[in-house]
Amino acid sequence: MSAAAPTSAPTSAARLPLARRLARRAPWWGVVLLLAALAVVWVYPFVWMVSASLKSSLEVFTAGLGIVPEEFAWENYSRAWTDANFGRYMVNTVLLTVSTVVIVVVRCALAGYVLGRFRFRGQRVVVGVLVATLFVPTGYTIIPIVKLSMELGLLNSLTGMVLALSGAANVSAILIYAGYFRQLPKELEEAATVDGAGFLRVFSQIMLPLSMPVTATVALLTFLATWNAFFLPLVFSFSDPDLRTLSVGMQAFVGENATDWSGMAAAGVISILPIVALFLFLQRYFVEGIAGAVKS
Amino acid sequence: MARTITPAPAAGAPSAAPVAAPRAARRRGVDTRRQTLWVWAFLTPTIVLYGLYTLYPIVASYWYSLVEWNGFSSGQRFVGISNYRAVLADPAFWASVKITLVFTLLVAPARILLSLLLAMVLNSPRLPLRNLFRTVYFLPVVTTTAIVGVVMQFVFDPASGPFTAFLKAFGADVGIDFLGDSGTALVTAAAVYVWKFFGITMVYWLAALQTVPTELYEAARIDGAGSFGIFRYVTLPLLVPFLLIITVLTVEDTFHAFDLMQTMTGGGPFFSTEIIEIYIYRWAFSASIPQLGFASAAAVLFGLFVMAVGALQAWALVVARRGRKALS
Repeated sequence: MSAAAPTSAPTSAARLPLARRLARRAPWWGVVLLLAALAVVWVYPFVWMVSASLKSSLEVFTAGLGIVPEEFAWENYSRAWTDANFGRYMVNTVLLTVSTVVIVVVRCALAGYVLGRFRFRGQRVVVGVLVATLFVPTGYTIIPIVKLSMELGLLNSLTGMVLALSGAANVSAILIYAGYFRQLPKELEEAATVDGAGFLRVFSQIMLPLSMPVTATVALLTFLATWNAFFLPLVFSFSDPDLRTLSVGMQAFVGENATDWSGMAAAGVISILPIVALFLFLQRYFVEGIAGAVKS
Repeated sequence: MARTITPAPAAGAPSAAPVAAPRAARRRGVDTRRQTLWVWAFLTPTIVLYGLYTLYPIVASYWYSLVEWNGFSSGQRFVGISNYRAVLADPAFWASVKITLVFTLLVAPARILLSLLLAMVLNSPRLPLRNLFRTVYFLPVVTTTAIVGVVMQFVFDPASGPFTAFLKAFGADVGIDFLGDSGTALVTAAAVYVWKFFGITMVYWLAALQTVPTELYEAARIDGAGSFGIFRYVTLPLLVPFLLIITVLTVEDTFHAFDLMQTMTGGGPFFSTEIIEIYIYRWAFSASIPQLGFASAAAVLFGLFVMAVGALQAWALVVARRGRKALS
């Protein structure tokens, strides 16, 4: 390729003739084309869902691959929101998710702080138990959780769901916090202690604000897991449809109205839109949080 | 402070030191005791919540697996290991074990190898639009699995679903009911699962590729290595430790397909996609007379299996760390 180039080599690439520059980049554009085709396939189910949610009930069946609806049928959304009760499910999901995130962040930060920064009797036992249960699958403990919640009178309540979801697993969050707090310099709390700050003040005013990057990651991943949770909310809302979350409501909706495709699609868009929007805004933290599993 | 360091104190000093020392020690004792109190206070929320909702259930499920128990509000009767005997004698249990493993074998290699390929392309700084592609391929990961499962029922609808329309557009008038035929349902579900969680494995690989120092690539290029040579002799050896970790993480992940399977096929048609999680769910929650003891026994068996894979994961991590240390 560079046989004729000895004289032009010292000059910058920008001086190369346009045709040659394009030719050099051609393989990359081939790759891009391939990746773009794959990307279209990748997002197609979501595009189809959005498109179906705006079509009339009849058009969904006949349109085939057509994406743009003939007439925008916004009433699908009001049907899903009001008649199919997705407004209610949205409130439940938001309440469940926000409460769980707050509890998980607080309890994991507290535990990670003392485990990472102090030596005390019983510490090895606590760490040992946590690490041993790191691999315990959460789904298989559902029967005792239901029985326990029933005895505590929490089975048919959002509170019960919040407690069960925030009590499950999250060992890795504690370990991330512990690792982060451990590597902070000792002088930080020494200076504060000299100034007369107590245990609680050192934690809440110095350590916790410093751990913002970890908190962001833990909060986001917990948010994702809780928003998308299905098994536990399903079991907890068996006898009270008013407690359904979006994920549970979707299945129930299709079970009752198998032919209402556009209503189903509208309900799906309502359920997925918030988490997708959050992802698009905070993508970096999502990706870093997930990549952390490999890096550590 | 300074006084305690001085080796030869003045005549009056020794009397002060013994008095000061116990007082300081006592104060330090109070401090440590107070600190210990704080430490356990900080641990309390975790001990209570984790104890109630993770530790207790693990212990309790062993007990429940030894009783006959037909519903959450009915009584329990100790029956020894007969639940285990019944589970192990049930052909449907073994069928679900097989389906779970076949599902893993379908999903894991596709996710691990294809995402490595894609990650290597996306890792190249010269690729235009690479951030857009990363976002798009990761997008399905964040969407609610249970919702996606329901939507897929419609996407694969044999009469008017878009996938059928797509095939027809290419002249393939097959009319296959991909999710409704027991011959194709598991493969289709596996394909959807690969699509849904592909992005996670891709991000793992991108993180792994980031650890390869760019100087190594440059050095190899100066030595005259081609792209394949660089991959074979530079990238690949450095990625082997990560391959271990990523494989085990991905395999572990495929055991948790309940959300997708339950909403997409419900274990059907004719139990052809009944993974173990659905088997347990069926006996515990959707049978007309719940068999909670029986379901607990199945859950304990599968829990032990998953924990064995978890132990494998720990082992892989150790090996990988040793490998990485050997390299550096």
